[in-house]
Amino acid sequence: MAFLAILIAAWATASRLGESYLFPGPDDVAAALYTGFKSGILARAVAKSMARLLVGYSVSLAVGVALGCALARVKLVKETVGLLVLGLQAVPSVCWLPLALLWFGLNEMAIQVVVVLGSLLSIAVATESAVNTVPPLLVRAARTMGANGAALWWRVILPASLPGVLSGARLGWTFAWRSLLAGELLFVSGGLGQVLEFGRELHDMALVLAVMAVIIALGLASDHLLFGRLERRMRRVWGHDRR
Amino acid sequence: MVDPYRDARPGDAPLIEVAAVTKSWPKEGGGEVTTLAAVDLTIRRGEFVCLCGPSGCGKTTILNLIAGLELPSSGEVRVRGARVEGPGPDRTVMFQESALFPWLSVRSNVSFPLEMAGVPRAERDARVERYLRMVHLWRYRDAQPHELSGGMRQRAALARALVNDPSILLMDEPFAALDAQTRDVLHGELERIWVETGKTVVFVTHNVREAVRLGDRVIIMGTRPGRVKRDLEVRLARPREPNDRDVASLSGVVERELKIEIEKVIREELDDAWSPAGNGLPRDSHRGMGDGI
Repeated sequence: MAFLAILIAAWATASRLGESYLFPGPDDVAAALYTGFKSGILARAVAKSMARLLVGYSVSLAVGVALGCALARVKLVKETVGLLVLGLQAVPSVCWLPLALLWFGLNEMAIQVVVVLGSLLSIAVATESAVNTVPPLLVRAARTMGANGAALWWRVILPASLPGVLSGARLGWTFAWRSLLAGELLFVSGGLGQVLEFGRELHDMALVLAVMAVIIALGLASDHLLFGRLERRMRRVWGHDRR
Repeated sequence: MVDPYRDARPGDAPLIEVAAVTKSWPKEGGGEVTTLAAVDLTIRRGEFVCLCGPSGCGKTTILNLIAGLELPSSGEVRVRGARVEGPGPDRTVMFQESALFPWLSVRSNVSFPLEMAGVPRAERDARVERYLRMVHLWRYRDAQPHELSGGMRQRAALARALVNDPSILLMDEPFAALDAQTRDVLHGELERIWVETGKTVVFVTHNVREAVRLGDRVIIMGTRPGRVKRDLEVRLARPREPNDRDVASLSGVVERELKIEIEKVIREELDDAWSPAGNGLPRDSHRGMGDGI
């Protein structure tokens, strides 16, 4: 809290020294936030972006975990798709946008493709390594207790990989978020990215910084409320805090 | 006085038959390693059989073959005359580590095999309670595995192994990682539970004293390749005391049998300068085999 206060004070001082038009102070940004939310522009943009994110991320999570499991356990998949995954990981997700626009047109589908491609691979890779590091003893024990096939996956292998999958999911979430904003910046779509682009066109730097503040707040909130909570709960159940 | 031990006789009602089983693995860079060479072993219903031998003698492999976790390279393992082709509900395994699922409470861990078998909820609860009480862990039913001590974890693993009421309990050095006091207590508990439930137990250990303390029979195994060296019947009264004189003297007999095998292993692992005379293997029967290595 004290750190935050010092940061804001330093920011206010710096903006006084510089040109307030290019570098608005906290008061200007607070005003922009207020009018932005009051007029509904920011609220609508947040809702739109979050809705997109949830759809794209859900797809990523489902496909990514499934792909990771296949990479870990099916040799053929590992030898074919595995190489592709590694290669594609080098491509920043926004590079897919031109292709997606040509394939799907200027619509939701194109932007979802970018979100999914941005987060899917890291989730798949994390899941693969989590499944690969499940202690073989647990699987052997489960087999002697009559678990096999789907039951073995649902009741043993996936729960046992949960810590790794969760950190992959956390990483995937931030990648999905970044891909979404990059995508929204680059074509008109009604979302936080578009408001950011708006601010640039109107030379309204206060609005730009306001959007960035919203992005930071959302990022912190999702990390703390969603992933932080899940991870803390998991650590408590597994007893990771004690070691 | 009756001789407390003699070579075992073949029984007339075999429950587990290991018939001419060999097991070999492909070696890195070609060739094969033979873990087991033509092992024959017959175990009768209700027997407590300990497999005892130096590391590399294939005692765990025999256990895994009976469990159905591995398949023999040749020969076959039969349970009640039927060939073993995979794990089955009539055989459960306890490992050196408890292998409890860390994400489940003690109660849910013990309930797991019942859920896999499709046992209805009410009966599951009743059976989980019965077996958790049997191992004296009922108070800790809602604890997570990480909250338990090593001995308590093995108790929970024992309850989980018994809860489906299998006829055969396979134990792979289940107490090897515990301290001596806890181990003594659990030996007594296991003996009691074995008498109460009438299970057939196959117990793998490298600890001679443990084998003699617990077993009706001690199968002494040799190494390079793994094989059955001697099959001893232990006819000592139960419940047995860990420091009983007969247990100690029989342990001495078994240790002498094993000494040759252990020396064989050490000679292969160390260089030629090593000799048994110069390094005196533990002959003191108050110590477990291998303690001084």
